Amino acid sequence: MQEKEHERRQQEFDAKVANEERIEPKDWMPHDYRKTVLRQMSQHAHSEVIGMQPEGNWITRAPTLRRKAILLAKIQDEAGHGLYLYSAAETLGTSREDMIAALHLGKAKYASIFNYPALTWADMGAIGWLVDGAAIVNQVSLQRTSYGPYSRAMIRICKEESFHQRQGYQIMLVLARGSAEQKALAQDALDRWWWPSLMMFGPHDAESAHTAKSMQWKLKRESNDRLRQKFVDQTVPQAECIGLKMPDPDLSWNEDRGHYDFGEIDWDEFWQVVSGNGPCNRQRLAHHIKAQQDGAWVREAMHAYQEKQQARSARSAA
Amino acid sequence: MNHNALPLFEVFIRSKRGLDHRHVGSLHAQGHEQALEYARDVYLRRSEGVSIWVVNSSDIVASQESDVEQFYDPMDDKPYRHATHYQLPDEVKNL
Ligand SMILES: [Fe+2]
Ligand SMILES: [Fe+2]
Repeated sequence: MQEKEHERRQQEFDAKVANEERIEPKDWMPHDYRKTVLRQMSQHAHSEVIGMQPEGNWITRAPTLRRKAILLAKIQDEAGHGLYLYSAAETLGTSREDMIAALHLGKAKYASIFNYPALTWADMGAIGWLVDGAAIVNQVSLQRTSYGPYSRAMIRICKEESFHQRQGYQIMLVLARGSAEQKALAQDALDRWWWPSLMMFGPHDAESAHTAKSMQWKLKRESNDRLRQKFVDQTVPQAECIGLKMPDPDLSWNEDRGHYDFGEIDWDEFWQVVSGNGPCNRQRLAHHIKAQQDGAWVREAMHAYQEKQQARSARSAA
Repeated sequence: MNHNALPLFEVFIRSKRGLDHRHVGSLHAQGHEQALEYARDVYLRRSEGVSIWVVNSSDIVASQESDVEQFYDPMDDKPYRHATHYQLPDEVKNL
């Protein structure tokens, strides 16, 4: 009897997914689906938040007041994206405290790209243009993910991302058209960020542990390699427009495929960074833990205030 | 019995999976359960939705139009939050 019921629910779920309907929080869903979407949303939320660190590094050193205001506004958006995603994850009954604890214990991951340092002002350009650019390609595809709250968060986020990428590209454009020294700065940032940006799409489809199942559930709508190709195809001409050169000798237009061919990613480096040995992994996590600890007194004060308010209204009601 | 004495509920309906719940109106009911049933009768007679939320109206905290200055004015001097603020050459595509 129970088995029959389970089977019926599974069929209902499968039919919804097949019909491009979204799964909503109170719907029945397979245990593994819930686990996978939760992992993906928490990882995405943590990425938005940890991603503020490399850019935050340059707020006080932005070259002009205007650039500083723009950078602040951009980073503020990323904090907002983290909040959209944490609350989407909370629709499945997890708590923010648990997600953050998992991050601090190294059980939950965030995008590896943020384990690279932002060394010069040109990195603010490269990050906006390439890192946000790659994120957009991924997020546009996720607007159609099968979990409703995640899909809606993606739609909201995508509306805000275009500003991020354009401000980054414009930083690069200004530098590329500047003095020889400024142009070199832009080229150096591109050289350092190009390959890590390509790594953002994850391992090749054949080696991606979660891809097949996620595609079947329509949590993921396009494969890692397809998304990466899309990003390369749209980004290479953008580099040409401002006279910068991609750091890839194997990069060339393939007339037959109608796509750019490009060189192989250094997968050793990729796995090193994923497993915690990138240039800034420890620093990023230590900073997050410290910020969390330093903010403890604010949360305590808020609780104390809430209790006081409640006691007061209970007294006046009595 | 005075109908107006019953508490007021705001009703939100999700018209289709994947979409946000949207406010459609309000109604009086004696409690949450009844408000859900009334909402079905009042707002969903032609399968206008797949999910209903009812919220005690008194639980809604709303900003007022007169708050507009303190809430939105500071946005006016931040045009750089919009993508269109960044002038790029025409030949740049996909940005
Ligand atoms: Fe973001
Ligand atoms: Fe962004």
